[in-house]
Amino acid sequence: MKKIKHLVISILLAAVSLYSFAETDIIPAPDFTLKSNNGSNIRLAEQQGNVVMLNFWASWCSPCRQEMPHLNDLSEKFSPLGFQLMGVNVDEDPLAAERAINDLQVAFPVLFDADSRIADLFSVDAMPTTIIIDKDGNIRHWHRGYQAGYEDSYAEQVAQLIRE
Amino acid sequence: MAVTNRMAFNVIASSVMASFVLTKRHLILRSFLIPLTLLLSFSTTILAAVLPAERADAMYHRYDGGGMVIDGPSILLRKNIAEKYSIAANYYVDSVSSASIDVQTSGASEYAEERKESSLDFTYLEDKSLINIGYTTSKENDYEANSFRIDFSQDFFGDMSTLSMGFSQGNDDITQTDNDSFAEKLERRHYRVGLAQILTRNLMANINYESIIDEGYLQNPYRFILVNNGSAYDIEAERYPNTRNSDAVSLKLSYHLPWPAAVKSRFGYFTDSWGIKSQSIEIDYSQKINNRLMVDLRIRQYQQGNADFYANAFDVDSALQTFVGRDKELSEYSSFSVGVGASYEWTFKQRIDKASVNIQLDYMVFDYDNFNEVTSETTASFGIGNEPLYSFNAYALRLFFSLWY
Amino acid sequence: MKKIITVLFILQLLALSACSVKPWVKPYHRAKLANEVMQYDRDPVSDGYIHHVRQARESARGAEGAGGGGCGCN
Repeated sequence: MKKIKHLVISILLAAVSLYSFAETDIIPAPDFTLKSNNGSNIRLAEQQGNVVMLNFWASWCSPCRQEMPHLNDLSEKFSPLGFQLMGVNVDEDPLAAERAINDLQVAFPVLFDADSRIADLFSVDAMPTTIIIDKDGNIRHWHRGYQAGYEDSYAEQVAQLIRE
Repeated sequence: MAVTNRMAFNVIASSVMASFVLTKRHLILRSFLIPLTLLLSFSTTILAAVLPAERADAMYHRYDGGGMVIDGPSILLRKNIAEKYSIAANYYVDSVSSASIDVQTSGASEYAEERKESSLDFTYLEDKSLINIGYTTSKENDYEANSFRIDFSQDFFGDMSTLSMGFSQGNDDITQTDNDSFAEKLERRHYRVGLAQILTRNLMANINYESIIDEGYLQNPYRFILVNNGSAYDIEAERYPNTRNSDAVSLKLSYHLPWPAAVKSRFGYFTDSWGIKSQSIEIDYSQKINNRLMVDLRIRQYQQGNADFYANAFDVDSALQTFVGRDKELSEYSSFSVGVGASYEWTFKQRIDKASVNIQLDYMVFDYDNFNEVTSETTASFGIGNEPLYSFNAYALRLFFSLWY
Repeated sequence: MKKIITVLFILQLLALSACSVKPWVKPYHRAKLANEVMQYDRDPVSDGYIHHVRQARESARGAEGAGGGGCGCN
C-alpha cells in the first residue's frame, strides 16, 4: 500500500511538472546597464537588432567554467551573423572575476554584476543560467545549469533566431 | 530485510525515473509564472550535482605508536569522460611491523606483514543525480575482504539540499597462518542515508546515518582472554557473538568566517548490539593564507564504553559466560588527538590545471579505563590483577602530491 | 529499513509542500559555500586514510558522511 502511495505521488509530481512546461508567453527582457571588462558601459536595450545571449556565471562555479570554451566557440561562429554573447559575472570579488576571465580566455564581453542586482532582476535561480533574447528584445530561451551537449541546443536556437 | 530493501529501491527508482522523464533541457520558463514552481522541485528548475574533479594523488602514509609502525603508499587516479562519467582507481598498501601490547601480552615476537588494497569506482552524472558503484579488494596473508558499494545522491530544493543513500556488501575470508584447517567467513552489510543542507550563505550542515550488520566470524583467531585463577593467568580462546548490528549517526557543520577561513565541526554518536556506545567531537579550522597556501588545525575527542562481553581479565566463574573477549578495541577508553596540515599549490594554464604538495600530521593519545598493560614484567612487578591501565601515544602522517588536470 | 523509507517519504512530501518556502540562498550567493576551506573531505586519499586509522582502533564505524553542499551549481 505504501509502495503504491509513493508511486502515485511520484507520478502526480511528474504530471504536474509536465503541465507547467506547456505554452509560455514571450516577454521582453528587462533593460539594464552594466560596466564591462572593455571599460565601457553596456546597455541591453541598445543590442536590439542582434540576437543576444546572456550567460550568468562565476569563477567558483565549475560547470560555468566547463561551459566557457563552448561559449567562446559559439561567439566566434555567430557574431558575424548578428549575434552578441555577453557574460554576466556575479563574483563579489572583482579580482577573482578578472583572474577567471584570464584563465578561461573569455573571448566575448563580460559585464560585472558584483552586487547581483541584475541576477536578482532576472530572478536567476541556477548557476550558470543562459538566456537567449531575440532581435526584438524578447526572452525566447532559458537554460539552467550546464550539462554536456547544451552547446548544441544553444547553436540551434541562436541560428533559428538569427533567421527570423 | 530483503523485501523492504527492494521496496525502498523501488520507491527511489520510481521517483527518480519520474524526474528523469520530466527533465527537459530547453525550457522557456519564468520563475514568476508558477505556483507550480515548487512542485517542480524534482524537475528542471533544480539541476544537479557535478562530477568529482579529475585528479591524481600520490601519498606516503605512516602510523607509529603503541608498538606498531605501519606505512606505505596510496595512489589515486581519476578520469572524467564526456562530462558524464568518472572513473577512479586507488591502490593502497599497509606494511606492518607490530610489537603491540597484544603481541607483548602473548609473549610472541614482533611480526611483520603486508596488506594490499585496490579499489575501482564508476560515477555517472545525469541532471540532478549522481550514481556511484565501486568495488574494493583487500588482501593480507590471513584475511581477504571484498566489498561492493552503490551510492546515489540527488540535489533538490534549488540545490540547497542533497539527499544521499548507499548500500555496501562485504564478504571476507579469514584464515590463520600456521593453521591450514582454519577457514571462516564474514558478511558485512551497510545501509546509509544522508542529507546535506545549505542553511545560510556561510553555513552548511550534513546529517548522516549508517546501519551496519555483520554476520559471521567476528573475532581474532590469534587473540585470547585472560582468566585469573587466583595465582596466575590461564589463557582461553575468545568467544564472540556471530552477529553485530550497529547504528551510527553524525552531524557536521561548516561555517565560513568573515576572512578566507572556515570552522568545521563533526559530532558522532554510535551504538551497537554488543552494548558499546561511543561519542566523538571534532573541530577543524582551515584557512587560506594567500593564493597558494592553506593550513589546517584540528582537535578531536573520542570516548566509548565497553562491550557487554568484554573484560581485561575474567575470573574462573565469569569466564564461563556465553561470550568473552579481550580486544582493547571493545574496552572503555577515550582518545584525544590534535592535528595540523599545510597545502601549497601552483596553478597552470596548460593540460595540468593545478598541482599541490601537502602534509597532514595527527598526534593521538589513547587512555584505557579497563584494559591493563599485562606482560610478564608488569604482572611480576605489580601483582596479578594490579597491572597498570594501558595508554599509548601515536602519530599518523600523510605526505602527498596532487595534480588536477 | 522502514525508518529509511519513512525518511525518504517525508523528504518527498517536504519538497512538495515547499510551495510556500523558496530556496533562500540564491545560487549566485554560494561562493563561500563552494570554497575549498569549507570542504570536509577535500583530499580523498588523505581523508580516507585518517578514517581508516580511526576505524582500526575504535569500535565506532559508519556515518563518515558522503558529500553534498558544494557550489550548488548545475
